[in-house]
Amino acid sequence: MRTGLAAVVLSLLCCSASAAGPLTLALDELAPGVYVHRGLVEDWLPGNGGDVANLGVVVGERCVAVIDSGGTPALGAALRAAIARTTPLPVCYVINTHAHPDHVLGNVAFATPAETAPRFVAHARLPAALAARAPYLRNAMQRDFGIALAPAAIIVPTVLVERRLELDLGGRTLQLDAWPTAHTNNDLSVFDSRTRTLFLADLLFVEHLPVLDGSLRGWLQVLAELRRFDAALVVPGHGAPSTHWPAALDAEEGYLRLLLTETRAALRDKSGIQQAVDRIGRLPLPGWRLAEQFHRRNATAAYAELEWEE
Amino acid sequence: MNRNNTVKGCLALLLWVLAGTAAAQLKSADNPEASPVWLKVQASLFAGRTIAPARGDIVSIEAPARAEDAAIVPMALRTRLPAGDSRHVDKLYLIIDNNPSPIAAVFDFARGSGQADIETRVRVDEYTHVRAIAELSDGSLVMATRFVKASGGCSAPPGKDPQAALASLGKMRLRVDGDVRRGQPVLAQLMISHPNHSGLAMDQSTRQYTPAHFVRRVAISYAGVPVLTADLDFAISENPNLRFHFVPQGAGELKAEVVDTQDLRFESALALVPAR
Repeated sequence: MRTGLAAVVLSLLCCSASAAGPLTLALDELAPGVYVHRGLVEDWLPGNGGDVANLGVVVGERCVAVIDSGGTPALGAALRAAIARTTPLPVCYVINTHAHPDHVLGNVAFATPAETAPRFVAHARLPAALAARAPYLRNAMQRDFGIALAPAAIIVPTVLVERRLELDLGGRTLQLDAWPTAHTNNDLSVFDSRTRTLFLADLLFVEHLPVLDGSLRGWLQVLAELRRFDAALVVPGHGAPSTHWPAALDAEEGYLRLLLTETRAALRDKSGIQQAVDRIGRLPLPGWRLAEQFHRRNATAAYAELEWEE
Repeated sequence: MNRNNTVKGCLALLLWVLAGTAAAQLKSADNPEASPVWLKVQASLFAGRTIAPARGDIVSIEAPARAEDAAIVPMALRTRLPAGDSRHVDKLYLIIDNNPSPIAAVFDFARGSGQADIETRVRVDEYTHVRAIAELSDGSLVMATRFVKASGGCSAPPGKDPQAALASLGKMRLRVDGDVRRGQPVLAQLMISHPNHSGLAMDQSTRQYTPAHFVRRVAISYAGVPVLTADLDFAISENPNLRFHFVPQGAGELKAEVVDTQDLRFESALALVPAR
């Protein structure tokens, strides 16, 4: 089993190396001991190497926590190398904020050697969501990236958060909160109380149009709860980190409310799903990027959710 | 010894990678008649029978050119016979070539359906041809084909919130849209809360597959007379949704009876009094 996993990692490393040379990934220190790699505000595609999600690193006195591992095994390896250049301390936790590929497929790069491998941490509902998606993720990697991903290369977290969990990195504690269904049904936020840095992952999209893969009403409720954090810096899953708190949530909330209002209006008019998506899809969305890729999709998901309202 | 195994493992994987990337992605221009899955489906469902292509008549499919959300792809199958054609549509087959289970649905229309049109939502993960095949009362077959592109990125066919769907398992909404008039086709919608699990997900800790659990049959009747039966597959999205027609001949109850793969049965009914 261990040999098999090593072979997977080795083959992925040797393949990506032979194709494009090893990746170098930049980490910016945004607060003392808090580092962020900014993903591109683009769709998860081979043209950008899948490097689209923001990845976080928090360094304690004893060890390091990784917040999301990147959209491909090669990106995970590049993140691991960047951490090794930054600190001699070992990675003790890899936290997955939700089951989307741009946030979890780098896990495998941290999984060897097994004796010193970190613990993988996630929302209690992530393993089922990841298992349900695994065949499709492997298929998408093959189809879009030309990378064959063995089933064992999708590392499923085993430290699971039902509501809240604190992780001690030595002299600094991370607070992990598991949220009800919002962006997905397995969203996890990470708060570093020492620097008051809040990693919201895909609960917050900045510049990149929010993507609805959970519950629109749930997401709006979670946003209201999130405003209670006493944060100095917020790191979204996509787009620029911000010190404007909680104002950094406003643009996303505005879009989600627009989607809610327009979808309810279409349902009141007894529009079918396709009609409704066509109608909502024509709305102008100034200020957002990737609306073409995600807005109609969001309208589809919103309709399927809201048609159950009384 | 150990290192040798590792090298062998790496070579085996590289071969797999090379074999995998050699498989070309389906393009819209590819001949739908030559699709290997379709040839198998055709042999199993329609062996030895001629299938005429629809030429903008008899049967058509409305579907987005690209699956916006792989878990919820709206599909409308519509039928229309030329004026004076005395035949009617007995069955509609919905085939999605590149789904794990290509036969998504088979709809059986009783005479009381009036208009053999269906709208539903399906899961589509791959670039695929989608087919609607109408079987007419004289036994002839007519097929419409559409090409649907896969969605990109983080979209995948499993549902949004299986726990929520399971928590309200079997909850149904049955409603009619517009006026209900005697002898005129009425548009109705059935919504069923159900996770519609494919059974394709493996539990990583037990290495066991989660058993499939999906709605397999829906029977619609009005005033005790069959309107429509649908044999469905897990290709239908979480919380299955059907829009269909029926023709009320008098006061009665529109009734939906649903059976899933665990033999759980759910029922919903709506009493109606049509205007003259």
